[in-house]
Amino acid sequence: MTLDKLVDPDSQTLLEVRELSKTLGGKKILDKVSLTLDKGEFKVLIGPSGSGKSTLLQCIHFLIPPDTGDVLLDGKSAREMSHRDITLFRREIGMIFQDFNLFDHLTAKDNVAIALRRVKGMKKKDAYDRALSELTRVGLLDKADLFPAELSGGQKQRVSIARALAMDPKIMLLDEPTSALDPELIGEVLNVIQGLSESGMTMLMVTHQLGFARHFTNEMLFMEDGRITERGAPEELLAIDSTFRTKEFSLKLSKIQGH
Amino acid sequence: MGTWEFYLNILIPALNKGLLVSIQIIVPSAILGVIIGILVGAGRALGSKWLTVILDSYVAVFRGTPLVVQLMLWFYGLPSIRLILEAHFGPEIRPISNLFLLSPYVASVAAFAMCSGAYQSEYIRGAILSIKKGQFKAALSLGFTKSQTFWHITCPMAIRRALPGCGNEIIYLIKYSSLAMIVTMSELTGEAKGIASLYFRHLECYLLTAVYYLLLVTIASFILKKIENYLAIPGQLRSQ
Ligand SMILES: Nc1ncnc2c1ncn2[C@@H]1O[C@H](COP(=O)(O)OP(=O)(O)O)[C@@H](O)[C@H]1O
Ligand SMILES: [Mg+2]
Repeated sequence: MTLDKLVDPDSQTLLEVRELSKTLGGKKILDKVSLTLDKGEFKVLIGPSGSGKSTLLQCIHFLIPPDTGDVLLDGKSAREMSHRDITLFRREIGMIFQDFNLFDHLTAKDNVAIALRRVKGMKKKDAYDRALSELTRVGLLDKADLFPAELSGGQKQRVSIARALAMDPKIMLLDEPTSALDPELIGEVLNVIQGLSESGMTMLMVTHQLGFARHFTNEMLFMEDGRITERGAPEELLAIDSTFRTKEFSLKLSKIQGH
Repeated sequence: MGTWEFYLNILIPALNKGLLVSIQIIVPSAILGVIIGILVGAGRALGSKWLTVILDSYVAVFRGTPLVVQLMLWFYGLPSIRLILEAHFGPEIRPISNLFLLSPYVASVAAFAMCSGAYQSEYIRGAILSIKKGQFKAALSLGFTKSQTFWHITCPMAIRRALPGCGNEIIYLIKYSSLAMIVTMSELTGEAKGIASLYFRHLECYLLTAVYYLLLVTIASFILKKIENYLAIPGQLRSQ
């Protein structure tokens, strides 16, 4: 009712993450992490392995329920939602995983269509029409009838992006979408992500592709030991004379990636 | 009586009759066994601690005791409970106590389905545990509820992986269905025994019975292979 009106109507904040904390196996994995995503914004999250990036994305999605803190989508608190509403909340946030997580037993087309049919309750024909148009968008119409085991890594990741997009999410969370790919396949996935960003999709992406990221993001977040320790424009954090940890980390990465 | 007459007029008609009874035992037992296996296997793989403890005990008991003993308990053991109940509560308890009086057919199907279900649950449980967690996460992230995830993602994947094992268990079931004879069922083996002892032609009777079972098993294997091929996923290694 009036709750929505309390939110500043001029603000374009779509997602607000408020002080998320999570302890797993006695270890504090997330320590009061906060961030916001405005409508159409593309933020990049970087940080060393084990710093809690994947856990953060999954807590935002309530796939892992955070111990404390809250996630607000369009001003609505996920913390206060019932089980049923959480599934609706999840539909609005697309998630892309490092290792694709396609459903092995379904063709590319069915991977995209199954949630349309079972979750959104669409008719079979409508669901397939939509699935094919999403596969076209990621350039895979000709692979629609192939199973995941018959696709390359890059193609699998593009199918998983099509699957998420078909749900009409307001936001996409991408967890190292190219890390499991052979170098020559990274470009095709980044192209799709670039297209998404240009079409105005709101995104939070964990990536080590800083060369790509710095061109498309206006804010980078650097995470270490469960906390976001640095945030700012890439030009600032990655400037030649920068003393930020982000810069140090990016130099380490480029040494590994060999450019 | 000549050999041909014996075969054509006595043995084969009797075995055919027994075969029909055997099939009537095997098919429902196999189907119930698979259903029990899926529910119990899923409960053991995904359920709460308490549920897991209860279901594990069921499996331990039914795998850990001879099927003949189980069959005896179903058929001869349960009616004793009926008598005890009636001694305690009088004849008014009849509607309930009579539930413990099983016909030989029901006792056989119950025994085979419960025993088979325990084994099937092992294959289903293993199959569910072998599915990568990420696939469940992907389903939940798309807005599937837990039960939708189970029916549309977990089940189809688990059944494919469990199929070779479950098929084997059905083959075993076909063979151990012959135990129904000891609770007075005139199924294939029961018929053979009757004719064999009546005519003192044990060798022929049991040899031909063996051929009947062999045929049943061959047909069942063929159907199971067909199902396996039908469900096989292109590009993935098939379990041979
Ligand atoms: N279920 C869990 N139980 C205990 N520790 C976990 C669990 N999941 C993740 N962790 C730990 O949390 C830390 C952060 O993991 P993760 O979020 O995957 O980091 P990143 O994605 O930044 O590499 C790691 O040290 C990892 O070992
Ligand atoms: Mg990670």
